[in-house]
Amino acid sequence: MASVTIEPTAAGDLAAKGGKPQRLAPNYWPFVVPALVVIGAVIVFPWVFTLWMSVNSWTLGQEQTFAGLDNYIRLAGDMRFWESMWHTLIYTALSVIAPLILGTLAALIFDGEFPLRGFLRGVFVMPMMATPVAIALVWTMMFHPQLGVLNYLLSLVGIGAQEWIYNQSTVIPALVLVETWQWTPLIMLIVLGGLAAVPREPYESAEIDGANAWQKFRYLTLPMIAPFLMIGVIIRSIDAVKSFDIIYAMTQGGPGTASETINIYLYNTAFSYYDIGYGSAMAVVFFFVIIALSFVLMMVRARTNWSDMEDR
Amino acid sequence: MTPKITHRMWNRLGLFFVAIVMISPVILFFVWMISLSLKYEIDNGAYPPILIPENIAWSNYAKVFEENNFLLYFWNSILVTGAATFLALVIGVPAGYGIARLKAEKAAMVIMIARMTPGLSFLIPLFLLFQWMNLLGTLWPQIIIHLVVTVPIVVWIMIGYFETTPKELEEAASIDGATSWQVFRLVALPIAKPGIVVAFILAVIFSWNNFVFGIVLASRETRTLPVAVYNMLSFEQVSWGPLAAAALIVTLPVLVLTMFAQKQIVAGLTAGAVKGG
Repeated sequence: MASVTIEPTAAGDLAAKGGKPQRLAPNYWPFVVPALVVIGAVIVFPWVFTLWMSVNSWTLGQEQTFAGLDNYIRLAGDMRFWESMWHTLIYTALSVIAPLILGTLAALIFDGEFPLRGFLRGVFVMPMMATPVAIALVWTMMFHPQLGVLNYLLSLVGIGAQEWIYNQSTVIPALVLVETWQWTPLIMLIVLGGLAAVPREPYESAEIDGANAWQKFRYLTLPMIAPFLMIGVIIRSIDAVKSFDIIYAMTQGGPGTASETINIYLYNTAFSYYDIGYGSAMAVVFFFVIIALSFVLMMVRARTNWSDMEDR
Repeated sequence: MTPKITHRMWNRLGLFFVAIVMISPVILFFVWMISLSLKYEIDNGAYPPILIPENIAWSNYAKVFEENNFLLYFWNSILVTGAATFLALVIGVPAGYGIARLKAEKAAMVIMIARMTPGLSFLIPLFLLFQWMNLLGTLWPQIIIHLVVTVPIVVWIMIGYFETTPKELEEAASIDGATSWQVFRLVALPIAKPGIVVAFILAVIFSWNNFVFGIVLASRETRTLPVAVYNMLSFEQVSWGPLAAAALIVTLPVLVLTMFAQKQIVAGLTAGAVKGG
């Protein structure tokens, strides 16, 4: 490489004029092909196959017949499916909002300077990487109404015993508690990245103007980290809507069907009842729900950036 | 000491305590997890709960390995995660390079959608495929399906990384007559090492933690650790001590990796996010 003395771009111009022997334009496709083959086999093929099965009526071990849109029509009238949609909506909304607030708060703290900051941040990030099933089992023990440590801690501050995941009305908030515990650090990391880019000067002039801490956050920090919060909302929504491990390991959708989200119902349909056709139709609908959700969120995000630019 | 300095010191100390309060749910959880795993049944059933028991039940850990075949499942996990990560790096790193240099937006889009799709929707067709191919009962179905997790992660991170590495050196090398492969192998790849490390770590963690594929595809002999620990629950009257010990064994490798590779994990998880901002 030491032999190269002229600017590469200049050399390129020279070659184009025919002053130098033509070099081959680098061919990048061979690098991509193996991955395309694998992605085609394990990702695209399942998409197409699922679509095909969704227009068939097929329970494992029985005859497979073409069913047209029957599965989709059945889905539209399936109360259990609509209920699972509703559960998914509540679960997702709560699992976005709670980590968003706590994660932003944590980011504001970790943006400051204090002893052991790096180490404590490392501890804080651990839940996010821990094996969800293992975590879920320990939370299940902690939620135990009689022997669980959480009810004991509540009793210390004078709050009565809760039934947590064992009661239909508290099961979703209890699961969201675990989800929040696990994923608040991700929001913290994203917002922390945003805070790092925030300039100092506006704060100094705000201080001279006598702004208090809340005003500084509301009118200076918040608008500047808004795009990062939006990214956090997008990532969190997509993850929460398809959350499976924690719910399945702790409640399997119960008690009754009180915490059955679309993903859990889909699992039960396909792998407990082996109703492959119907499960596939559900998977297709679920897929489009997620795509639609991401699309809407991306639009909102594009709009926020746009208005930001107009303000400047 | 001037008043200003002490003021700053108090600020830092105050922030330190606020931070401790903030992360206390994490600390309490893991402390309690360890405590559960080291207590005999009688102490785990005590009210009020006991944090540090008089008799420490190390035997819980021995029980996990003796009664539940955990050594085999540990080995299965290593094989599945190892193979799925290795294959993903072999095909995903060049792909990330190619996509970044080609600016192939459509290919990047497919990867993105693949990352958003719930794992379950891949599971039905692939489950049937593996059944037809008579692969169920071996580790291959799990290795192959874990590629659904590892390949998009590796490709995604490598696209982002190669977009930031300079093209000039590569162009210079190809003027000197290097083939595309040589350019990649000798110029692009060595520079990308930090990106590859990030991709490797995240692929390992997400593959190791995966649960949903295993519950459907694993048989008694091919369970990975997350499935094995979940299956311990199905025995009625399971005792908490060994269960907590098993949970800790499953997640400990990942937690250790998190502590040691904190910087890479933070970079990997925020790279995609922040870059788009």
